[in-house]
Amino acid sequence: MNLHIIWFTLLGVLFAGYAILDGFDFGVGMLLLLVRDDQERRLLLNSIGPVWDGNEVWLVTGGGAMFAAFPGVYATTFSGFYLVFMALLLALIFRAVSIEFRSKEPMAWWRRLWDTCFFLGSLLAALLLGAFVGNLAHGVPLNHAGNFTGSFWSLLNPYALLVGVTTVALFLMHGAIYLVMKTEGALHDRIRGWVNNAIIFFIICAVTTTLTTLLYVPHMVTAFRLHPGLFMVPLLMMLAIANVPREIHHRRDWAAFCSSAGAIVLLMALLGIGLFPDLVYATNQAAYSLTIYNASSTGHTLGVMLVIAFIGIPLVLLYTTYIYWVFRHKVRLDAHSY
Amino acid sequence: MNALLLSRIQFGLTVSFHYLFPPLSIGLGLLLVIMEGLYLKTGQKVYERMTRFWLKIFALTFGLGVATGIVMEFEFGTNWANYSRFVGDVFGAPLAAEGIFAFFLESGFLALLLFGWEKVGRKMHFLSTVLVALGSMFSAVWINVANSWMQTPAGFRLARPNGVVRAQMVSFWQVVFNPSTIDRLVHVLLGAFLAGAFLVLSVSAWYLLKQRHVDLARRAMRIGLLVAVIGAWLQLVSGDFNARMIARYQPAKLAAFEGAFPAHAPEGLGLAGWVNQARRKVYELQIPGLLSWLLYGKTTRPVEGLDAFPTSDWPPVNPVFQSYHAMVAIGILLIGITFLGVFYWWRGTLWTKRWLLWVFVFAVIGPQLANELGWFSAEVGRQPWIVYGVLKTAQGVSPNVTAGEVLTSTIGFSVIYLLLAVLFFYLLDRKIRQGPEEAPLYFPPDAPLPQHGRMDA
Repeated sequence: MNLHIIWFTLLGVLFAGYAILDGFDFGVGMLLLLVRDDQERRLLLNSIGPVWDGNEVWLVTGGGAMFAAFPGVYATTFSGFYLVFMALLLALIFRAVSIEFRSKEPMAWWRRLWDTCFFLGSLLAALLLGAFVGNLAHGVPLNHAGNFTGSFWSLLNPYALLVGVTTVALFLMHGAIYLVMKTEGALHDRIRGWVNNAIIFFIICAVTTTLTTLLYVPHMVTAFRLHPGLFMVPLLMMLAIANVPREIHHRRDWAAFCSSAGAIVLLMALLGIGLFPDLVYATNQAAYSLTIYNASSTGHTLGVMLVIAFIGIPLVLLYTTYIYWVFRHKVRLDAHSY
Repeated sequence: MNALLLSRIQFGLTVSFHYLFPPLSIGLGLLLVIMEGLYLKTGQKVYERMTRFWLKIFALTFGLGVATGIVMEFEFGTNWANYSRFVGDVFGAPLAAEGIFAFFLESGFLALLLFGWEKVGRKMHFLSTVLVALGSMFSAVWINVANSWMQTPAGFRLARPNGVVRAQMVSFWQVVFNPSTIDRLVHVLLGAFLAGAFLVLSVSAWYLLKQRHVDLARRAMRIGLLVAVIGAWLQLVSGDFNARMIARYQPAKLAAFEGAFPAHAPEGLGLAGWVNQARRKVYELQIPGLLSWLLYGKTTRPVEGLDAFPTSDWPPVNPVFQSYHAMVAIGILLIGITFLGVFYWWRGTLWTKRWLLWVFVFAVIGPQLANELGWFSAEVGRQPWIVYGVLKTAQGVSPNVTAGEVLTSTIGFSVIYLLLAVLFFYLLDRKIRQGPEEAPLYFPPDAPLPQHGRMDA
C-alpha cells in the first residue's frame, strides 16, 4: 500500500459518495415529469431540496482532489473531453437554477418550463457522467505529452453511450427508491410501482454493458481473470441489486436504499479494479497511458493531502449525517419549501 | 482569435460574473450573524423578520454563486491543461481543501438555515448561520491562497520528472502563507463585507424613502452603516498594505497601477490620468512625492518603473492603470458616503435626509464595481504571467482545445449568464418589493398550507 494507491482508492470513495448522493438527485429529476400535478412535483423537488447542493459538493471536492492528487489525469480528461464537460456544466447550471426559480412564480408555463429544464439537466448530467466513465473504461487515444488526440465525436462512441444509458438506469432506480423513502400516501404507492421497472431497466443495461465489456474492452477484465478472488465484487454487486426488490416488497425502504447504495459502491470498485493502475488508458500505445504513478503529484503533496483528508472528511461525514438526520422525515411542504 | 485569447476571455467572463455573488454571500453572511444574534439576544420579533427576509436574499445570491462557481474548477482543466499539469502539485491542494473545509460546511448548514426553522431550536439555527458565514469566509481563504500563490509563488521548487518542468510543493505552509495571502485575503473579505453591507443599506434606504417597514429598515440600516463605515476605513488601510506588498513582490504590477515608466524620485501619487503605453507617456494629476512616502515612508526614495523590465514582461498598462484608479476612487467615495451616513445618524437627522437615502439606494453598485475592478487590476496586472515570474499565460493553455470549441463554450456561457442575470435581478427586485413579512411566519409541520391565492406559500 503506498500513497498513490491510497489516493486512487480515496478518489474512488469520493466519486462513489458523489454517485450515491447526487445519483438520487438526478433520479428524482428524471422522474419529475412523470408526476402530473404541481403539488406532487413540489413534493419531489423538496424531497431533495435541503440536500441537493451539498451533494453536488462531492463532485467539486472530487474534482479538486483529482486536480491535487493526479494533475495529469485532471488536465488530460478535462481538456480532452472539452465539450462533454461544457455540456455537463450547462446541465448542472440549469439544474441549480431550475430548482431555485421554478416555485418563485405561480404561472403554470413558468413552472412547466423549469420542470422541463430540471428533467433535461438531470438526464443530460447522468448520461454525460456515465459516458465519461465509459470513455475512461474504454480508453482514449493519447500522445506522448498525455494529450487527448481523438475528436469530440469519438467520445460519443457506442460503448461510452451504453455506459451512459446504464448510469441513467442506475440513477433512475436509486432515485425511485429514495422517493419511496421520502413520500407517503397515493404518490408513495405509485412510486413504489416504478422501482421494479427501474430495476428491470437497469439489469438489462448492466448485462448488456457486461457482455460488451467482455467482448470489446478486454483490458477491463484482465485483473479479474488473473485474480479470480476479485470475482466476489461483481457477484456481490448482483446480489445487492437482487436484494432491492426483496426489501421493497417487505417495505424496508431504508434497507432497499442501502442496498442500492452498496451496488453503486461495488460498481465503482469494478471500475477501479478494471482500470488499476491506469487512470486513463491509451488505446493507441500502452506506454502513453496515464497511471497512478506517472500522472500523480509528488509523494510529499499526496501526504499533505492525506492529512487534509483525515482532518476534513470525518468532520464532513459527522455533520452531513446530522443534517440528513434532521431531514429524515417524509417530505412535507411548508412555508420554506421550494 | 486563437484559443489562448478566447480562453482568457472566457475565464475573465465566467469569473467576473461569478464574482458578483460570493462577495454578497460573504457580506450578507456576516450581517445575518449580527441580525440573528440580535434576535437571540433581545428576543425582538423585528430582528427575526429581518433575519428571515435577508436570508431569502442570501439564498438567491448563494444559489447563483454555486451555479456559476463550479465552472471555474472545470476551466482549469478544460482550458488551462498545461497550467494544471505544471502547477497541480501545488495548486490542487488549496482547491481540494476549499471543497472539504468550506463548501461542505456552507451547503450543509445552509439546509438548516433555509429549511430548518421549525426543525431545530433557535440556538442551533443561529449556530448554522454562524457556520454558513464561516464556511463562506473559509472559501474565500482557500481560493485566495490558490490565487495569491499565482501572484507571489512560494514554498515550491521546479523539477523535471520525466523530463518535463513541473512546480512541486516543498512546504504546504509556505504555499498557504505566501507573501501576498494575508494582505489580499483581508482586502477581499473587507470588499465582501462592504458589498453585503451596501446591499442592506440600499434596500433599507429604499424602504425608508417609500415609508415601508420603517422600524425594520431603520434598524437594518444602522447595522449596515456600522459594518460599512468600519469596513470602508479598514479597506483604505488594507489597500495601503497591499500597495506596499505589491511594490515589494510584484514591482512591474505596481508600476502599471501607478503608470510609472522611468524611476522617479520622488514619485507622486497619480489621482487620475491616461497612459500612452507606446510612447511611455502618462498624462495625470499628481500629488508630488506622495507615492514614495506611502510606499517607503520617505518622499525621496524612487519607485521602480516599468522601464526596469523588458516590455515583454509588461502588463497592458492603461487598462490596469484605469481599473486600479477607479477602484481606489470608489473606495474613497464609499468612505465619504458612510461618513456622511454616520454623521447624520449621530445628529439624529439621517432619516430626514432624503437625498442621502437616495445616494445609499444607488451606492450598492459601488462595492460591487470596486470588487470587480480590483480583481481585474490584480489579474491583468499579473500578465503576461499566469504564475508570476515562473510561467507565462501563453504556456498554460490547453494545447489540444481548438478555438472553435472555446468560442462555442464562450458564446454558450454568455447566453446563459445573460439569462441568469436577467432572472436574478427580476427575482431580487420581486423579493425586495414583497419585503419582509409583516406577521412572523410560523407553520407547525402539520398545519395546512396557507392559501394566498397562488400555488406558492
